Amino acid sequence: MEHTSTLEKILRGTAITLVILFFMFPIFWIFLMSFQTNETILRVPPSIVFEPTLSNYTALITGKLDTAAGTLEISFMKNLWNSLFLSTASVAVGLVLGVPAAYAFARLKFRGSEDIAFTLLSFRFAPPLLVLLPLTIYFQQIGLADTYIGLIWVYQLIVLPLILWIVRGYFEDIPADVEYAYRIAGHSWGATFRKIALPLAGPGIAAAGLLAFIFAWNNFIFALVLASADKQPVTVGALAFVTASGIQYGQVAAGIVLSILPTFALALYAQRYLVEGLSLGAVKG
Amino acid sequence: MSETMLRLENVDKFYGAVGKGVHAVRNINMDVARGEIIALLGSSGCGKTSTLRMIAGFEETSRGKIHLAGREVHRLPPVKRHVAMAFEGYSLYPTVNVRDNIAFALKAARLPQADVDARVNEVAEMLEIGDILGRMPGSISGGQQQRASLARALIRDADLYLLDEPMGQLEPQLRTLLRGRIKHYIKQRGLTAILVTHDQTEANALADRIAVMEGGVLQQYGSPAEIKERPANLFTGTFVGEPPMNVFPVTGSVVGDQLHLDLEGGLDLVYPQSAFAPQVREAIVKRGRVVLGVRPYAVRRSGEGPAARVLANQWLGDQSHIAAAFANGTLVLVEHDRANVDIGAEIRVALDPADLHVFDPESGKAIAHGAELA
Repeated sequence: MEHTSTLEKILRGTAITLVILFFMFPIFWIFLMSFQTNETILRVPPSIVFEPTLSNYTALITGKLDTAAGTLEISFMKNLWNSLFLSTASVAVGLVLGVPAAYAFARLKFRGSEDIAFTLLSFRFAPPLLVLLPLTIYFQQIGLADTYIGLIWVYQLIVLPLILWIVRGYFEDIPADVEYAYRIAGHSWGATFRKIALPLAGPGIAAAGLLAFIFAWNNFIFALVLASADKQPVTVGALAFVTASGIQYGQVAAGIVLSILPTFALALYAQRYLVEGLSLGAVKG
Repeated sequence: MSETMLRLENVDKFYGAVGKGVHAVRNINMDVARGEIIALLGSSGCGKTSTLRMIAGFEETSRGKIHLAGREVHRLPPVKRHVAMAFEGYSLYPTVNVRDNIAFALKAARLPQADVDARVNEVAEMLEIGDILGRMPGSISGGQQQRASLARALIRDADLYLLDEPMGQLEPQLRTLLRGRIKHYIKQRGLTAILVTHDQTEANALADRIAVMEGGVLQQYGSPAEIKERPANLFTGTFVGEPPMNVFPVTGSVVGDQLHLDLEGGLDLVYPQSAFAPQVREAIVKRGRVVLGVRPYAVRRSGEGPAARVLANQWLGDQSHIAAAFANGTLVLVEHDRANVDIGAEIRVALDPADLHVFDPESGKAIAHGAELA
């Protein structure tokens, strides 16, 4: 690494710039769009010079969408709140259930443990639509359709396998001897889990929680089918911008900007845990 | 016999279903007296670590009982067994420094800080880690981690100290130094310890008694001298000792007043009948075929006796190892002077009856050592 030539530096710089451009440009463009009206967005050729307007954001925040066909009521802020609540609650439930289970799968070898772990993972293979139709009927019969609890439960299909498999790997990476040493020094199994295993796997748990949150946040199909308008998250709520008089690109863009903010902030915050997670390797010498 | 500290009674370990899974430890019976140091010696996979873990409580016993300090402990969790353990691998708490790792149990027991410091310093100095007490586990070498783990175990008050390959990652010089110090530390305090090792030098140097294990079976349990001079079976005979014991199948018969031991390849060892105890002669002749064992340092070159052809001659700086083709096999002999023999040369060897070990070819059990019944 110390002997990188100038040419190598230039090539590397170019490559990084291209990658950043490729991934960041759409977001950058959406960010610009969110300050424009439909007219300036749709003009040909497109231009980055325009008169910025906050009308899209005001429309979203006040819930009044002005279209050519008149004013529409939209519940974007409610959707955003639903997203936040559903994702947070799902990840919380997923962590409470998944972390102890991951520990059990990592440390205890019991009959069928691999089969059970794989079955849980296989929920991720099945197309959601496959389970949705029967699930809808069941949910209606037992009164879980269109409830937060019902949605959080279904979200476990997304969240739980993810947390289980990521966190299990982190637990397996902790040398068992560290836990043995703590147990033989006079601590119970439960105390060892809390005081040794959990803190050491902390970065992994944070990473899994973050990833699970993003997956839950981005989910579309479960909420579309199982919830009505007042329980739907932003991913479904954004459909409201496709109106009879056309697609409201400006509001869609502003909606996207608002809806990526929480995950973006969370990712920035959790980044240090992810870095710590990498330095956990120091345990292994 | 002094007071028994640990007793293993018919202990079995299966991984998987009892009777069906992998039978890692087979019906082990063992007593350890208070103040004794025991080495569990064997190659990897012999069941020694499983045995240690059952004593510690990390593995359940599939069958049998474990008594420790007068209590039946095999159903108790590790926390209630009152044992200390040093680990082979990375076992330090990564979030606190070496000093706090070592002092962990003492602090939990709320000892005065001055006492804790004094004891940590003493143990750390003994193990040559006094200069790294302030470091974090992630920043020290494997050997240092191992010594810190050993210090953390030895500093505690416990009924039994379990040391799992405690010096596996140390340099030979340091190992020799620490062996002496650790033994002194344990003996001085009258502690009882079980050491797991695959290094026979370590077992010989540290242990009062050695338990040789192979295939989950306790092959022999005795003092280092007993194991070396009176190996209970062919396995112990060939496993313990460096270079390993020479073994040859022979056919025994009495001709006149001589005992003939016919080697393969037409060689014949002839001894006067009186060289062997009558029961030994009887046991050999009754079986006909037996296995003869002789340690390399007990084989002498002489003017007469069966011939062997030299295959290799190595001078190791303090001893010569000569390998020779002998009776369809290879005979190794050790001499303490530089041996002046060329490869391909013929030498004649003498095997003193007092140095012979006789084993049953089927069961491998020892029949006789040095012309006396086993």
